[in-house]
Amino acid sequence: MRRGRWLVLGVPWFWLLLFFAVPFFILLRISVTDMGEQLNPFAPLIETHAGHFSLHLKLSHYVSLLLDPESGWGQTIYIEAYGLSLRYAFLTTCLCLFIGYPFAYFMARSHESIRPLLLLMVMLPFWTSFLLRVYAWKGLLADAGLINNLMVSVGLIDEPLQLLYNDISMLVGMTYVYLPFMVLPLYANLVKLDLRLLEAAQDLGATPWKTFWLITVPMSRAGIVAGAILVFIPCLGEFVIPSLLGGAENIMIGRVVWDEMFSSNNWPRASALSIVLILGVVLPLAWFNQRMARKVEEENG
Amino acid sequence: MQAHRWHLYVSRLWLGGVFLFFYLPLFFLVVFSFNSTRQDSQFTGFSLRWYQALGQDTRLVEGFLLSFNVALLSATLATVLATLAAYALIRFGAFKGRSLFNAMLNSPLVMPEVIIGLSLLLLFVGLERWLGWPERGATTIVLGHALLGMAYASVVVQSRLKEMDRSIEEAALDLGCKPYQVFFLVTLPNISQALIAAWLLTFTLSFDDVVISEFLSGPGVTTLPQVIFSYARRGVNPSIYAAATLLMTVVSVAVLIYGIHTSRQMQREKSRPLNDA
Repeated sequence: MRRGRWLVLGVPWFWLLLFFAVPFFILLRISVTDMGEQLNPFAPLIETHAGHFSLHLKLSHYVSLLLDPESGWGQTIYIEAYGLSLRYAFLTTCLCLFIGYPFAYFMARSHESIRPLLLLMVMLPFWTSFLLRVYAWKGLLADAGLINNLMVSVGLIDEPLQLLYNDISMLVGMTYVYLPFMVLPLYANLVKLDLRLLEAAQDLGATPWKTFWLITVPMSRAGIVAGAILVFIPCLGEFVIPSLLGGAENIMIGRVVWDEMFSSNNWPRASALSIVLILGVVLPLAWFNQRMARKVEEENG
Repeated sequence: MQAHRWHLYVSRLWLGGVFLFFYLPLFFLVVFSFNSTRQDSQFTGFSLRWYQALGQDTRLVEGFLLSFNVALLSATLATVLATLAAYALIRFGAFKGRSLFNAMLNSPLVMPEVIIGLSLLLLFVGLERWLGWPERGATTIVLGHALLGMAYASVVVQSRLKEMDRSIEEAALDLGCKPYQVFFLVTLPNISQALIAAWLLTFTLSFDDVVISEFLSGPGVTTLPQVIFSYARRGVNPSIYAAATLLMTVVSVAVLIYGIHTSRQMQREKSRPLNDA
């Protein structure tokens, strides 16, 4: 019994330590490494010289994220990339919530017999390559693409609009890809909503609008938070969409990490960028999410 | 009654609009895979030339084979690991370091893929310096995908284990089964549906992944999404549309068969007179 238990637990423990915990510490370690003249990212942090230990910690990689030697503090491309990533992630989350909430709500209120079909229709595009779905938007949003052609022929606009390689294509692409991540938790939450509460509110004289804002929305708070996090975090590190649908100005931190790693070969800086992203955004959000989940659990008894 | 009508119209309009948004790119891919010329703004005539070009494109074909094998291996690895982890979390009660274990298991779900890719790359480079293994390529991609897939698979398996009736496991123990026999003869068959679902999910995740593969692949090793990604950045290539259409057909048929299968099974279970679990 004990040996079996040890095996069941030991294998995933070993796996997670090796492939999750250790890489994180390597990331941390390389982010403070002085690569020296050999450009060795694994240059030792501790050196012994005739019985003396000396510790080499180089924090300049973190400083260089904030300080540009020419334009000064806070004027770096990294800060700009963090800012733009946060902005795109925030706007995409808002768009997904705005489009996804009514969608999930109507889905949850539709007839019971067609709900599984609707759900399947939401998931089906998921099973087609993410890359290809993003790529298709390139053709749809092009100057001579379907959407511009349609708008011109209807008479909505006289000349094709620039829809590609700017904020519009970035937001369309990101909303398109991450909308299901918002819809699914919201739907799962809204479909369980106790309809008697809504009836009670209406019997007591609340308008449907008021019922929606005072009962439905607060009751679905957990779904909103879960959906928002599932959209926000992957958006933040998005790598493919800016490469395919973004222009030169639409830089995001995922792309910058990649360039530091493979174009500039500056491993410590790429590591420092990732560490800042983890400590500054991912951990606080994960913590917030866990607290919300616990709170909801307590409220539900 | 008036309000009800209005609600119905808005509801249909919103649902229809969003589904149009979801499916517009897919229609686009299918239609333009049959286009007779290379442009993607006007349909100039029906042709199958891009499907013919597809078969002759060795990079795409090799990428497909590699992706398929990688997905097969990483999905299996991820499902096995996730099953062990889920079993420990649900059945072992409190054990030392449980919350750390749980946090590490779930972290890839909330970690941007770029960071997972980068940190694993650093690990593999370090390991290769130290031990001479693993060389970057298919092996490292499989390991990376398995790490990501394990997080997703464990969610699926955990939820099934939670709702499974524990009394049958206890009955088997009482009747003299060894714990490992209970695991293989009672627990696993009972959660087999969830295991299949988890495997399929991790297979698709792996088959679709481009970011982790970009970080972990080595020279001469490119998965299908990587090939598509490099084509896509270069410009229009309707062969990709053709590949997409084929892929969509396969997936739709598979989902359809799976759907029919499960709905039949549900009906059979409903009509069974005795619900003997």
